[in-house]
Amino acid sequence: MSEAPAAQRTASADRAGSIDLLLRQPEPRAGWRVLPARVIALCAVELQKLRHDRTELYTRAVQPALWLLIFGQTFTHIRAIPTGGIPYIDYLAPGIIAQSAMFIAIFYGIQIIWERDAGVLNKLLVTPTPRSALITGKAFAAGLKSVVQALVVIVIAAALGVALTWNPLRLLGVLVVVILGSAFFSCLSMTIAGIVLSRDRLMGFGQAITMPLFFASNALYPVSVMPGWLQAVSKVNPLSYEVDALRGLLLGTPSHLGPDFAVLAGAAVLGVAAASALLGRLAR
Amino acid sequence: MSGDTETAAPAVDCTGLAYAFGETNAVDGLDLTVAEGEVFGLLGPNGAGKTTAIRCITTLLPVPPGMVRVFGRDTARERMAVRRLLGYVPQQLSADASLTGRENVTLFARVFDVPRRERAERVAQALAAVGLADAADRMAGTFSGGMIRRLELAQALVSAPRLLILDEPTIGLDPIARTGVWEHIDAVRAATGMTVLVTTHYMDEADQHCDRVALMHRGRVHALGTPGDLTRGLGERRRAAGATGAPPTLEDVFREVAGSGLDDTSGDFRDVRSTRRTANRVG
Repeated sequence: MSEAPAAQRTASADRAGSIDLLLRQPEPRAGWRVLPARVIALCAVELQKLRHDRTELYTRAVQPALWLLIFGQTFTHIRAIPTGGIPYIDYLAPGIIAQSAMFIAIFYGIQIIWERDAGVLNKLLVTPTPRSALITGKAFAAGLKSVVQALVVIVIAAALGVALTWNPLRLLGVLVVVILGSAFFSCLSMTIAGIVLSRDRLMGFGQAITMPLFFASNALYPVSVMPGWLQAVSKVNPLSYEVDALRGLLLGTPSHLGPDFAVLAGAAVLGVAAASALLGRLAR
Repeated sequence: MSGDTETAAPAVDCTGLAYAFGETNAVDGLDLTVAEGEVFGLLGPNGAGKTTAIRCITTLLPVPPGMVRVFGRDTARERMAVRRLLGYVPQQLSADASLTGRENVTLFARVFDVPRRERAERVAQALAAVGLADAADRMAGTFSGGMIRRLELAQALVSAPRLLILDEPTIGLDPIARTGVWEHIDAVRAATGMTVLVTTHYMDEADQHCDRVALMHRGRVHALGTPGDLTRGLGERRRAAGATGAPPTLEDVFREVAGSGLDDTSGDFRDVRSTRRTANRVG
């Protein structure tokens, strides 16, 4: 290996360097500050990764662009779906934002299994980080990445002529909705990871749940046109609440923002609790 | 726990430590004491229970109260306090290849609550201590195997641990990189006086770098002492039995301890796969 001579040289040069800080243990943060600090730490990592490599951001923009461009344009033309008077592509855009955010979040279960296999997870679990704080950090990191992705889709939608709001308060609401939704779906995925424990099995599960979650929601069509049993599924599907809130905020259509936020926040908390409880199984 | 017991307590104290995966007793009544400030080597073949013992000490595996203490703190009762005392480098290559060296270390500064005002400086000191100051802003994915190990060492050092736990730190490395990693471990220990608990199955490394070693086999300690004591003891026993020849090495001691049952239980499939994967990535 060619590094050896360099290693010896720097090793002797560095011995002169100061290590005074490495002799002193950092003060533990006060209890209530641990959770936000860990969330910030894990979100910072996510942003650093996005800065180094934006490939995923671009490749993941292809699918939502196709949905809007092909599916959206075609169905706008056909007028087959009752949208309450707005062009179908406008109706569709919030659904596609929620969909692309969910697809990103669902990947986090696979990521945490990969991190387990690589030893990264074990190392984080040996830091003064409660399991719930680690999961919450991951959930918010998923939310952050989804927000970046959502912004890309919003830009694509705007370019296709969708009449979106530019009201900053409403856009802020959009960010919160996307973060909460992605926090839930990433936790759902990490919970399944804690149950199945292997990447191959989780990939199967991921495939098996994402499309049903998408189709059994109001992302593509209103709940009213669904058969009764599907309406029931849609009622317990957090994605429907996410889409409803996004539609209300972005398009100003009638929606139920209060219940939507409550359901999404509750689902995210439940998700964090379930994924944290099962995280120990991954560490074994 | 009062300050008195803390300073007097050994770095690691395992009493009858036992852990089973299903029917397999990976660690089976392990008694072990690591004194503050020493470099202690836990040796044994694959599947001897070294990694399981390490995972119990690092709070990764749940053990009942009273079995494991780190500087007097019970790993079952005071989990967070124990973790603050530990720097842990697992067997797998655990640095994140899609971050730079500096970002990898900064993450661990953050999760150990290093305040912002001293974070950058502390990270720089940790990187310099392992000879990575110049490569700090390169992606870890471009590092050689030896450099990644040293980066992981920096990640562990940034929180100023009192006990550094290294699981097979030189596995899969070529001899020169192995020497490089050990040089930095020795230098850091000399500068900080921290306790080091290391597992390895390279007997030559243990002989050269460890103050004391424990030879583990089938979940228990079968011999314990300084490498010198262990080889001298075997030499005397051999001479008493009338044997001649070269003075025994640590490897001979180990062979005597482990007896003939060495290969049938050495490592299950997952164990070997993870070892090979690590070796593969170190390249």
